[in-house]
Amino acid sequence: MGTKKYLLCLVSTLFMLSIAGCGGGEVDLAEKAEEAAPAKEVTTIDPTTAATVKGKVSFEGDLPRARRLNMNAEPSCAALHNKPVYSNVVVPNENKTLRHVFVYVEKGLEDKVFETPKEPAVIDQKGCIYIPHMIGVQANQPIQILNSDPTTHNIHPLPKNNREWNESMAPGMPPKVKKFPREEVMIAVKCNVHPWMKSYIGVLKHPFFAVTGEDGSFEIKGLPPGEYTISAWHELLKKGTTSHKVTLSASDTKELDFTLKQAS
Amino acid sequence: MIHSFQASSDVNMGYHYFAIITASFTFLLIVVGALVTGNDAGLSVPDWPLSYGSLNPPWVGNIRYEHGHRLVAAFVGFLTVVLAVWIWKKDSRQVVRRLGILSLGVVITQGILGGVTVLWYLPASISILHACLAQTFFCLIVSLAWLSAPERKSSRLKKIEQSGQNRQPLILSILITGTIYIQLIVGAIFRHTQSGIMFHVFGALVAVTLMAWLFNVVFKGKYLNLIRPVKLMGVLILVQVFLGIGSLVLRLINTNAVQPEFSLVVISTAHVALGALVLANGVIIIFESFRIIPIHYQVSPQLGVKTV
Repeated sequence: MGTKKYLLCLVSTLFMLSIAGCGGGEVDLAEKAEEAAPAKEVTTIDPTTAATVKGKVSFEGDLPRARRLNMNAEPSCAALHNKPVYSNVVVPNENKTLRHVFVYVEKGLEDKVFETPKEPAVIDQKGCIYIPHMIGVQANQPIQILNSDPTTHNIHPLPKNNREWNESMAPGMPPKVKKFPREEVMIAVKCNVHPWMKSYIGVLKHPFFAVTGEDGSFEIKGLPPGEYTISAWHELLKKGTTSHKVTLSASDTKELDFTLKQAS
Repeated sequence: MIHSFQASSDVNMGYHYFAIITASFTFLLIVVGALVTGNDAGLSVPDWPLSYGSLNPPWVGNIRYEHGHRLVAAFVGFLTVVLAVWIWKKDSRQVVRRLGILSLGVVITQGILGGVTVLWYLPASISILHACLAQTFFCLIVSLAWLSAPERKSSRLKKIEQSGQNRQPLILSILITGTIYIQLIVGAIFRHTQSGIMFHVFGALVAVTLMAWLFNVVFKGKYLNLIRPVKLMGVLILVQVFLGIGSLVLRLINTNAVQPEFSLVVISTAHVALGALVLANGVIIIFESFRIIPIHYQVSPQLGVKTV
């Protein structure tokens, strides 16, 4: 084989690679199409008729054991903790409820447009873990990312429906502000420098979502009357009662309980 | 193929040793590359070709694996350039010179692929290609190390080569090396996509069966030059099978792991590294099968073989 043929092989390989790597274009095109779409009128909520959904998320069956995080690979992270740190994947509360469950209106608001909040949602990298572990934001709402640690992190969201990015963040760096323009439940966020660091961002076009806390409860306020599907998302417990259909009248308050369990 | 290994007048131990050193560093590169994947460190350095905009990034967490991989890769690239130039100047055999240039092309492509994996956020297809090309490159460098040995340049060898009439070891060694290469591709697919494990298990069964067959043929035929590499192949494949089983069991145990488990990283890295050695040994067996040495020849340290 002559030198020309070797060069041809090399160029062909690079060409194939460039084709293989062109998959991200779909997200870009969709983003541009959405930007070009005519703006709809913003829905105004009448506080006198607004309804509320609240309840708690519990679990059924045995839960996986809490995994202790091993930060030995990064002494500066380990030094930030004087007691063992456990993973935030499955965190049961004392009242048999679950923490870190994203509860949101999945269906019922498709034809409505809500104003995007200007104030940012905040994620901090503190003690080499993400605080909080899970947040919800509206599409295009600013997300402020801080690094309070004395070490370097990289922030790497892994969206399917938004543009992926991966950026470094040295200690003392000013906060980064990012946005996700398209709805997506959920976007995992990783630090590849410290592989135990993971968090989740739920991106919705409306403000009707909540994340369960220390008592496993949630409350979604200000909903206009209507029919909705309310769903619960947990990163590991995917089975059980994960959604409810509800009809809300003016000023209604309905209680909904979710019970999640592991896939058998 | 016999004519491919025609005699070369010069015997240059320097470039043979240099090829061995390049092969050793390439093996180290494969080990470090496996550590990058095992520790999920592939994107710990978001930029390329520099790391955090510098040649000396913060040496923390997984950056150590990723930047270490880049440093070893750069060094292997440098060694390959020197080796290719050395071959071009000192070896008159066309096939060896072309292999030298091909190695250079592959190492450059491999470097670009490494960069692409970082800049395009580790797409599985590119990562798999990167893993397979690494093994291909290792085989090329091992081939150059083998071909640059003085005894393979001796003109006397040609007669011995022509005396080998039995093609069975050659066919079997090509089959087994091909199977191992496919195994490496399927293994890389499993490692990067968590799918295709049954094909990998089936491939292992085929490799073991072919190995047993080759073992039988070589020992019955008493092919002196094949006995040692085939024995080594048998041992490597057995250890490889156990490492594969161990790796799979640990993966199942750690299904919900929140970070890479040390034991799994160690065993899967060993599995990848041993896979490279098995493949390289397969390539050597193929080369040796082209010049089967029957029982009436003995190995001589200077000339490779002599008539008894």
